[in-house]
Amino acid sequence: MFLINCPFCGERDQSEFSSGGEAHIVRPKQPTELSDDEWAEYLFMRKNIKGVQFERWNHTHGCRKWFNVVRDTSNDKILSVYKMGEKPPENYK
Amino acid sequence: MPNYRIHKTEYIDETKRVSFKYDGKTYFGYEGDTLASALLANGIHLVGRSFKYHRPRGIVSCGAEEPNAICQIGSKKDLTEPNVRATELELYEGLEASSQNCWPNVKFDIGGINNLISPLIPAGFYYKTFMWPKSFWKKVYEPLIRLSAGLGKSPTEPDPDIYDHKHVHYDVLVIGGGVSGIIAAKMAAKNNLKTLLVDEKKILGGSTIYQNNESIKIDDKLSSEWLKNEIQEIKKLNNLTIKTRTSIAAYHGYNFLLAKENLTDHLPEEKKKNKIRQRLWKIRAKKVVIATGSIERPLVFNNNDRPGILLSNSIKKYLDYYGVTCGENIILFTNNDSAYETSISLHKKGIKNIIVDLRKSASSELIKQAESLGIKIYFNHVVTNTFGYRKINSLEIMKLSEDGNTTVGNKIRLSCDCLGMSGGWTPMVHMHTQSGGKLDFRDEDQVFLPKENSEDQISVGSCNGDFDLDNIIDKTVNKINKFLDIDNQDYQDTNIICSKENDKRNIWLLPNKIPLGKTKCFVDFQNDSTAKDIKLALKEGFRSIEHVKRYTTTGMATDQGKLSNMHALGIIADTAGVKMGTLGTTTFRPPFTPLTFGTLVGRNVGKFFEVVRKTSIHEWHVENNAEFENVGQWKRPWYYPKNGENMHDAVQRESKAARDSAGILDASTLGKIDIQGTDASEFLNRVYTNSWSKLAIGKCRYGLMLNEDGMVYDDGVTTRISENHYLMTTTTGGAANVLSKLEDYLQTEWPELDVYLTSVTDHYSTASICGPNSKKILNKLFPNLDLSDENFPHMSFKEEKLENINCRIMRISFTGELSYEINIESKYGHSLWKMCIEAGKEFNLTPYGTETMHLLRAEKGFIIVGQDTDGTMTPSDLQMDWIVSKKKYDFIGKRSLYRSDTIREDRKQLVGLLTDDPKEILEEGAQIVSDVKSKPIDMLGHVTSSYFSPNLNKSIALAVVRSGKTMKGQKLIIPMENKNINVTVSDTIFLDKENERLNA
Repeated sequence: MFLINCPFCGERDQSEFSSGGEAHIVRPKQPTELSDDEWAEYLFMRKNIKGVQFERWNHTHGCRKWFNVVRDTSNDKILSVYKMGEKPPENYK
Repeated sequence: MPNYRIHKTEYIDETKRVSFKYDGKTYFGYEGDTLASALLANGIHLVGRSFKYHRPRGIVSCGAEEPNAICQIGSKKDLTEPNVRATELELYEGLEASSQNCWPNVKFDIGGINNLISPLIPAGFYYKTFMWPKSFWKKVYEPLIRLSAGLGKSPTEPDPDIYDHKHVHYDVLVIGGGVSGIIAAKMAAKNNLKTLLVDEKKILGGSTIYQNNESIKIDDKLSSEWLKNEIQEIKKLNNLTIKTRTSIAAYHGYNFLLAKENLTDHLPEEKKKNKIRQRLWKIRAKKVVIATGSIERPLVFNNNDRPGILLSNSIKKYLDYYGVTCGENIILFTNNDSAYETSISLHKKGIKNIIVDLRKSASSELIKQAESLGIKIYFNHVVTNTFGYRKINSLEIMKLSEDGNTTVGNKIRLSCDCLGMSGGWTPMVHMHTQSGGKLDFRDEDQVFLPKENSEDQISVGSCNGDFDLDNIIDKTVNKINKFLDIDNQDYQDTNIICSKENDKRNIWLLPNKIPLGKTKCFVDFQNDSTAKDIKLALKEGFRSIEHVKRYTTTGMATDQGKLSNMHALGIIADTAGVKMGTLGTTTFRPPFTPLTFGTLVGRNVGKFFEVVRKTSIHEWHVENNAEFENVGQWKRPWYYPKNGENMHDAVQRESKAARDSAGILDASTLGKIDIQGTDASEFLNRVYTNSWSKLAIGKCRYGLMLNEDGMVYDDGVTTRISENHYLMTTTTGGAANVLSKLEDYLQTEWPELDVYLTSVTDHYSTASICGPNSKKILNKLFPNLDLSDENFPHMSFKEEKLENINCRIMRISFTGELSYEINIESKYGHSLWKMCIEAGKEFNLTPYGTETMHLLRAEKGFIIVGQDTDGTMTPSDLQMDWIVSKKKYDFIGKRSLYRSDTIREDRKQLVGLLTDDPKEILEEGAQIVSDVKSKPIDMLGHVTSSYFSPNLNKSIALAVVRSGKTMKGQKLIIPMENKNINVTVSDTIFLDKENERLNA
């Protein structure tokens, strides 16, 4: 079970959090301009990486804040956490 | 009665005699015994029948790896426990145990016939035998298999024992209290690290604690004496917590481990009472030291499973620790040096024994010691068969050929009453692999070892493949210093003398002149898998170790193959001609030894199993005989039966009263979200399908919320309380998810919006009064409030005091009747409700529950999200296009509403159904078809809501039907088990299409 370092509350047990899937998928500003395929790309298509993955997590049973996590899915190590709106750390790309 | 207890040891208290029952007969043992050691002291080896062939089986080991000596403890329906390992169960006064898997008893077992027909039940026979005739499966094969499947009997009543959970954090956790674990714990704790040392046994010390061989010494003392000193030392350390009788069940990521502490299993019945039986430790450790040791391997030869055949080192432990000899004429069969320690120890206590050694020769200190004592050794020999039905009485040995692939020369028959076998040692890498670690294979002695140690965990001692004592201590000290980044000098001058093993010879399946098909060389004792079964699986095309395991069931019994997995792998590798290291292993899954459900659940049983939410009015509902329904965690009144009414009658009465005069519903459980901020209106525009910009202050509006995929997610009425302040209501079950979804959009997609969300569900209690007389009741409660349609029209909101308490009153309706919802601070909810009831008496104000609410709204064709929708319904599917704004540029889910799939005409759409027989009530969930003769029958949809309407005096239903929108008036069929029900597609609104009742 992970220990997640919430950027607002500090290290907490995974059971306090819920995962929100892949990070940095921006909701299109003008959905009506998109074709079915483009909209489907936003709506349904997600990466499933073995290795370094950028994810969204929510401190559901804590401060209720959403934030980003960089996690290596091959060993579950959390490499970095950062707030919403902040730039993802460069060195993991 | 025979007595095999031949000498005193410090671990057995001979002043404390303990009586116990085994298979109904009373025996005696002593405090300090396990059930297994006490049985052996009484000369009992035969403890069970094997799973498949019902062969007599005896105690094999002295620990967690035991495959045979598993028993049923106690006979009470609530306390009996199956599959308890006699080798781990500490003896206590009054213990009652019995053998398993035999009938009528362990000595004469009817199932033994399976042994005679064993050629008919090879590996995978389940898959091969029960194929024909097809009709036999349900009536003959399955009941028979179920009868003979499984080991032991489950308790049939709830577990009355108390279990506990504990969360702890440590700098260092050391798993295993043998010599390397003790050294590691001492080094860590002395260096100011908060340390926890756990061991599954009653006392610390592992197998070194009863070591008594003169050739193995530390600082000139017997290694056991030296270790006892160390244990005294560590008990004084402040930083160190020691937990014995505690075994690690699972090692999860991030050094999160679960441990089971046994607190009362070793106590007599009367001392167990009202005490916690077991405690589950949830451990977070910064660093973990794995020192779980190794277990001895059996050897695979013909009839290697007879009672009286044990692991060699277990014979030594029973002798040196418990003072019990397993026989009087013992043969030890080995491929390594450790059996020599057993031999020497037996010899010194006057027990006659000889050694059969696979190796051509060997030359360590131990072997010289054995030779000098005159112990007979047969080098380069192999046991080819054993004899004796209920216990071994003799065996045959033969010489091995040069390459070890076959036997040569003549058979030699040797008599014995016990055989000790030692096929080398298997490091316990379970913890390492559970934590995610990989394994390496060492050819030299054919062992899997932890591949790499991470910065968070490390393996030391024999679980790391270090077997000689000097090696164990030196390496442990060095590794721990490095691992913990410390410089401990305690062991720098420790002087260790030990025998060094120089010679090895490993043969997984021992050669025999008899063809394999006619032998019984057991690999897995508990599941009765033989070498023949494994070879058969390979012959039939299985290659992956995971497949062979499942086909032959090797390693799948309650012992999880602790003794058998390595041999299965070895035989596969040899047969397939591949290197063992390339085969990999099966997965080591938690738990290491079985856990009871009670331990996992802890205190969260009965009323603590789940959170229960009750409204402030709950007590009134209880006093008035409400039947309750669970909605999420909420307890909601379902209906209020009167004078012995059944549910149907109660709901019919409540529904009629609500339309004829007045009804009252506890609506407190609806989710309520307080929305404030200068962008609140814009926010609602984005989350609901309809427009919110023009909603006047003091007005209410119904909203439909979609997912981004265009499917209906939630609905509810939202009220504009002031310019920048709204109160949103959600479905009862959806409240938490809606709030979390809204927060998600606010925080991640639209952080620029000035909006704040607060859940206020529990802050307010809500009484909803509906019916033609509701206005009169409101007038009695709020005489100063102008209830005229001009001042307080439908879909509007007023604030008014009840006595001097503020109320928020909404005129909104989920029943189609004139209806008011009164919200008050929760602490006044109960009083408000009672005042409503009092004021409504003269109008027959009738409390109604969720079932009547559902019926009333169905008469009006209002949907319930989650009942009439299932995550695949768009607003258009629900015939609710009117609520989707055409003008708004964007809202959640808008773009999805015109994807090619969502605009299909033949989607399932919401319709009404009327039965041809108005008394016939459809079953919710029933399938809908148009033709019952075609095959396969084309499924058109299903019934989502169905009721008998007392107000219309007929049955009504809502359903989703393919292309339903265009089918009004069409006949359809609901095929049920015994009949077909004819229905006609109708409008979804059954009552008051003109909404006249809202303003009655």
